[in-house]
Amino acid sequence: MPGRPQAYALRLRPSSPLPAPVSYTARPVQKFLETLLNGVSVGSLYALVALGYTMVYGVLRFINFAHGDIFMLGAWVSLAVARALSWAAPDANPPWYAAIVLLLTSMAICATLGFLVERFAYRPLRKAPRLNVLITAIGVSLFIQNFAQLEWVFGVNTGTMPRVLPDVELFSITCGPPPDPAEPEVYPKVSIYLIDTLILVTSISLMLALQWLVYGTKLGLGMRAVSHDTTTAALMGVPVDRVISITFIIGSALAAAAGFFFALKYPTIQQPAGATWVLLGLKAFVAAVVGGIGNMRGAMVGGVIIGLLEWFGAAYFSPQLRDVYVFVLLIVVLLVKPSGLFGSTVPEKV
Amino acid sequence: MNLKSLTARLVLLAIIAALTLPLASCGGAKNENEILIGEYGSLTGKQATFGKTTHDGVMLAIKQINDAGGLNGKKLKLIFKDNRSDATETKNVVTSLITGDKVVALIGEVASGRSLIGGPIAQKHGIPMISPSSTNPEVTRVGDKIFRVCFIDPDQGYAVAKFASDNLKAKTAAILFDQKEPYSTGLRDNFRDAFKKLGGTITTEQAYSGGDSDYSAVLGSIRDTKPDVVFVPGYYNDVPAIAIQSRKLGLNVPLLGADGWETEDLAGKAEGKLEGCYFSNHYAPADKRPASVKFVDAFKKEYKHEPGALAALGYDATMVLFDAMKRAKSLGGDDLTAAIAATKDFDGVTGTLNFNENRDAVKPMVIIKIEGGKEVYVATIDPPTK
Amino acid sequence: MSDLTLHPAPLTLGETLRRSLLAPLIGLALAFVIHRFIVPLLNPLHASLALDIGVNIILAVSLTIVNGFTGQFSIGHAGFMAIGAFTAAGVTYYGSVMLFGSEAFAGGILSAAEAGDATGFFTSGDLLFLAGCLLGGLIAGVAGFAVGLPSLRLRGDYLAIVTLGFGEIVRSLLEQSPDQLLLPSDPAARAAQIEHIRDVGFPTLLIHSGGAIGFGRVPAYASHFWVYGFVALTILVAFRLKASSHGRAMLAIRENEVAAASMGVPITRYKVTAFVIAACLAGIAGALYAHQVRLIPDQFGFQRSFDILIMVVLGGLGSISGSVIAAIIITLLPEILRSPPPLWPVMLVIIAVLFIVRGRRAIRAAIVLAAVAIVWEIVRWVVGDLSPYRMILFALALIVMMILRPQGLLGLREVWDKWIDRRRAAKVEAAA
Repeated sequence: MPGRPQAYALRLRPSSPLPAPVSYTARPVQKFLETLLNGVSVGSLYALVALGYTMVYGVLRFINFAHGDIFMLGAWVSLAVARALSWAAPDANPPWYAAIVLLLTSMAICATLGFLVERFAYRPLRKAPRLNVLITAIGVSLFIQNFAQLEWVFGVNTGTMPRVLPDVELFSITCGPPPDPAEPEVYPKVSIYLIDTLILVTSISLMLALQWLVYGTKLGLGMRAVSHDTTTAALMGVPVDRVISITFIIGSALAAAAGFFFALKYPTIQQPAGATWVLLGLKAFVAAVVGGIGNMRGAMVGGVIIGLLEWFGAAYFSPQLRDVYVFVLLIVVLLVKPSGLFGSTVPEKV
Repeated sequence: MNLKSLTARLVLLAIIAALTLPLASCGGAKNENEILIGEYGSLTGKQATFGKTTHDGVMLAIKQINDAGGLNGKKLKLIFKDNRSDATETKNVVTSLITGDKVVALIGEVASGRSLIGGPIAQKHGIPMISPSSTNPEVTRVGDKIFRVCFIDPDQGYAVAKFASDNLKAKTAAILFDQKEPYSTGLRDNFRDAFKKLGGTITTEQAYSGGDSDYSAVLGSIRDTKPDVVFVPGYYNDVPAIAIQSRKLGLNVPLLGADGWETEDLAGKAEGKLEGCYFSNHYAPADKRPASVKFVDAFKKEYKHEPGALAALGYDATMVLFDAMKRAKSLGGDDLTAAIAATKDFDGVTGTLNFNENRDAVKPMVIIKIEGGKEVYVATIDPPTK
Repeated sequence: MSDLTLHPAPLTLGETLRRSLLAPLIGLALAFVIHRFIVPLLNPLHASLALDIGVNIILAVSLTIVNGFTGQFSIGHAGFMAIGAFTAAGVTYYGSVMLFGSEAFAGGILSAAEAGDATGFFTSGDLLFLAGCLLGGLIAGVAGFAVGLPSLRLRGDYLAIVTLGFGEIVRSLLEQSPDQLLLPSDPAARAAQIEHIRDVGFPTLLIHSGGAIGFGRVPAYASHFWVYGFVALTILVAFRLKASSHGRAMLAIRENEVAAASMGVPITRYKVTAFVIAACLAGIAGALYAHQVRLIPDQFGFQRSFDILIMVVLGGLGSISGSVIAAIIITLLPEILRSPPPLWPVMLVIIAVLFIVRGRRAIRAAIVLAAVAIVWEIVRWVVGDLSPYRMILFALALIVMMILRPQGLLGLREVWDKWIDRRRAAKVEAAA
């Protein structure tokens, strides 16, 4: 009917090959929803990585610069495993459980790596000034990047993640009247894909699981105790070393999961020493800071905020400056409320 | 001397360091029966992918030359130095190759920015340099010793614009370029100028940063301006994702690209979303010319995978150099340069090669279409006659 | 009893001049000697490396002022270097075009790499170059002020990220800048371009920094004289700063900020001052770098910032001479790794280290180094060219060093400490 706005309707459609071409007039609601969905999707990946940063900061009071590289390794290790199991050839047909296998393997391998890094690079520096540990973290980060770039490890070429999950559209939301009078049946719509949904669902599940772990188990009690005061916790019988190791293991596993999902969503995996990974790691770190470093809920919320900021900034303001928004937000937060959204100011005692 | 004092100890350390350092830079004994050729490129660092491919092509050429007896019985020795994709490294590496190893000629670099660093040094010392794939026009303007075996960006931009305008009948175009890469920004300018001159209009120019995984924001903006085609002068790392995401967003017009698209199984990496897209290249992989077929076979035998255009260009650069060495009066800088400049109708892998007065290779470009998951040769565009 | 320390006699003019100017003049004289007599004896690669070493020394010493003296953690230093570099390059290049009508080198003996290129002792070209360097330092200093002010509220880790972000923003903005206005070779077009450049005029010209392909064709004014002259000045500035009450205040801030504040040290002022001085010096280093090869914004990313940081940490946070030594080592390392030297000099280094590191740890250190030397020799025999492993070795060295010897080579000490203490003791004895 001419002039009557179409109600926003959920239309369940089976997977369609290509969306029908539509007129290219401005479609504000579609743009808004698309940006929102992408921002939340990638934001939840940032949240997973930010959780690792925040947990390590909570127990050890330092920023693990090498955490972003675990994210990179999550993507590359899963690709390497896929290649080893011959699921990565262009004509290979990976079985339905391939995604789960790759996810769990890459989480396991990266968790081990996180454990080793903590054990050999950070534990000897437990009592050292913070600056030294930060420098060691930079050293570890450089080591991982350049080691991964070696010919016989992952090499210097970009990798392509095989489609272990079908890139299907689950359903679409119609948003607005048909913009082109010449094609009255065609509405602007926003598609919701399987991969994005899975990312959101898995991220939320992992975060809920972590929440239960930290607030509902004895181990979690130990972690909270260590983050409050290491010496007292040790005196109370908390196995500090073990708790810290487990923190690193969990954090690395989460980052690996994020890396795997990132590779699923964007199958072209950049080379290990590429600038992309460092920037992604930094953005996740900013997410942790914005939410309040040391605070898990803050990390989750912060991740989504950063994702939304990046996407909305790029869509509505200027895509060239997409990396700049995040840093500007960081500076603003640090000037206005350095403890972040959920953090609390801790008075510094001499 | 009281060895307990810090000063004394440091003096001793300084003496030892002074003894160590010269040893660090003494080269091996010079072999009279070898002709030294230098190559510089990135085997590690941000642009290692391109450096490695080119290096493979160069090494294959050297191997073939030496297997066939070399130059009048003398073998060619390739000295390759990795510049880590770093500017200061490039400066030191080129200086060391020219003044330390005393190479007679230099092959490099892939990236125009770094060729512009190595070029002035080569020019100053009178050593000829052949760049396999630097496409920025400035590279050969450095001096008369600098050559390149590829076409320059203005010609490539023109070729794509002409193809879009004449063959695809496009009236409007959008440009999506990589803001970090001078190759991409240069091509953006060249395409824009050429397309406008041919009567077209540019609807919008959007930028991404190489390595960004998500292009939906810029693709959405492009979609909203309704162009007939989209020119994407980026590198193959980003192109498949751009194609997939643009189709998802409803941007279905043909994407046009340049030689940076070229990679093994581009169509497969894009999961079929590059159907009906075109890109310009140095040569068509399915080229039936004998030189090309021989090269592809030899490369596959040596390295077990298909060669890309960069490998072919590395190979051609070396072969052009060798051909000039055969004709040159001597291997001195000026004589060798004159011989290279006099190259006439050289039958290279990437086409018949002649150098123009700017020492750029005058070669036609081919346009390749992705059809049925394969790359199909579609057209040849000659460079614009000035 | 001497009252040397409480009420020294007021200085005469001659004494003031001697104390303030003698050292810089000696520094400049040494730089001249290096430039005219030592460098011509070196081969071109070593001469080029000597320039790199000089620039890196300035960068390392400047970073040690902010990271070492005040204990802040700034890892975006390459951003200040980039600002100084592009400003100076713009001033020299566009200035040459506007004033002399050409981009050619127009300097004197002090600037010329070869004696043949020089036209006089100190020409207007040299003046333009100096103006460029100083302007580069000045603008970098202003940027340092802008970054330093918010730094007050940030503790170590956060400051690190903010400075890193600053470095990235600078690089990103430079990549977007409009193209360099180059002079074509055709005479008519050339004249037209020169007119165009004159029309655009000064501050706007500096915006034309070339974008992603960078800025080139800058006449090569940065000779060894200027580089080592500025090295001498930088070391002097750092030395005098450290020995002064300002330096002591900064070191107090480094040790314990809250305690220093309760002692009346104006934290704000000193932290920002440290940032500004460091940024200024880094800008000058960038300006010197700009006159050697092409400038590409990509080169001023966090990789570069990390390189400078590694130099400072290796030398010892807060040690000027440590930064100098570390800068030399790190600059030469790629060349050494490319063709690794044979075993016996490394054994000598072990013995040397045995002397320097005294006490029980000497034996342990010697054993570790002997093991490293043996592994090195095996790897060298097997692999040959160690360059692909360069960054990996760097990173491993960084980690190992942080665990075994976190104070770096010299900690807070300087190589000249013993000498100064001896002089001071002699003066007290003489007065008593």
